[in-house]
Amino acid sequence: MSTLPRASELGLIGCHVCGLVCRDIRAPDAACPRCGSALHRRKSASYSKTWALLIAAFLVYLPANLLPITRTVSLGDVDDNTILTGVVELWVKGSPYLAVIVFTASIVVPVLKFFALGLLLISSRRRSQWAQRQRAKLFRLVEFIGYWSMLDVFVVALLTALVQFGFFSQVEPLPGVVFFGLTVVITMLASMSFDPRLIWDGREFDD
Amino acid sequence: MPVQGVKPKIAPPTLWICEHCDTVYHRRELACGEVARCARCDAILARHHSIGVRGMLALVLTAMIAFVQANIWPIVTLGLNGQMISTTLWGCIVMMWREHTQVVAVIVACTLFFVPIGKMLLLGWVLLYARTGRRAPGFRLAMVTLYRIGPWTMSEVFVLGTLVAIVKANMYFDVIPDAGIFAYGVLMLIITAFSSIDVRRLWDLTEERPA
Ligand SMILES: [Zn+2]
Ligand SMILES: [Zn+2]
Repeated sequence: MSTLPRASELGLIGCHVCGLVCRDIRAPDAACPRCGSALHRRKSASYSKTWALLIAAFLVYLPANLLPITRTVSLGDVDDNTILTGVVELWVKGSPYLAVIVFTASIVVPVLKFFALGLLLISSRRRSQWAQRQRAKLFRLVEFIGYWSMLDVFVVALLTALVQFGFFSQVEPLPGVVFFGLTVVITMLASMSFDPRLIWDGREFDD
Repeated sequence: MPVQGVKPKIAPPTLWICEHCDTVYHRRELACGEVARCARCDAILARHHSIGVRGMLALVLTAMIAFVQANIWPIVTLGLNGQMISTTLWGCIVMMWREHTQVVAVIVACTLFFVPIGKMLLLGWVLLYARTGRRAPGFRLAMVTLYRIGPWTMSEVFVLGTLVAIVKANMYFDVIPDAGIFAYGVLMLIITAFSSIDVRRLWDLTEERPA
């Protein structure tokens, strides 16, 4: 592994935005000569930003799951559904396959994101060399699947717009869906602010 | 956003730096279909470019046509006792706004309308000039913006969401998928085709020329 040179050892720095390789002049206000973006060896304040966003996301994730996301009014009957009861309803009355997909997107993916980012933050801060390759892959997985959690939000928006039969049947969005949408946005911001290069920064690296 | 600061020297353009772990490699030509991966972290370093600038432009134009269709035509129609209701994307956005979930309306409008349309227009603009190796006016700002807004399009998720909504509504109503959702399907295919293209290579393919 040590035969693979890293940019910091060679005095190089890569631009995040356009990919240009520059000489690292170690100036705090260095800017990319090609695209003008700020050059950082690592994303700035990656640990504190990611932790803050992760905690914020978790705080909105609780009401997102506990509060109902939709109200279905049908012939005077009122039926409130949370994300989980929505999945159960889809399993029982509709399609078990789709229920599994919705469950994965709405429950598994956000929980995986909390655990994965928490794990990455703690292990990288301790400069751990444990399972670095797997941790790098875990981060790319989190980035790749994160936005699919928005699935349920779109389902609620569609059903609200469609099911408008007055007294007979009507679907209304409830505050849970707002919290859920915010959870997805904030977890996406959290994974974007984590710098995967921190996984590989060993003990010799101080920044 | 572009900042003004000290401009360091450019290193010889013969290097790749892995974005995920900072490992430095010598560039090499890739054979057709070949993907270069990082030996340290296994992330993709570069791919062979099977689609040229003209091909990319054709894809963006097709995506634009599909996008217009997807937004004009209703997505789904619902029937109950002869009463029919259909909706478009903007129907959903307006409804969420009115039902006091404005945050959701904004998220939906951004991820399914404004960001995708902004991305297509910016890409179309830079590609139009890149055909002849030129940089479009505002190239730098367009490319930086494309990079920043990149992760915020969710049209693929919406297609799956429509499928779920259809199945859910089908428990109680007659559901007819409309032309809009097929246009979204086409859009989804184009997005998938585009996902393997790193548009940042336009920086290397074009050069600044004095006007
Ligand atoms: Zn740059
Ligand atoms: Zn790497």
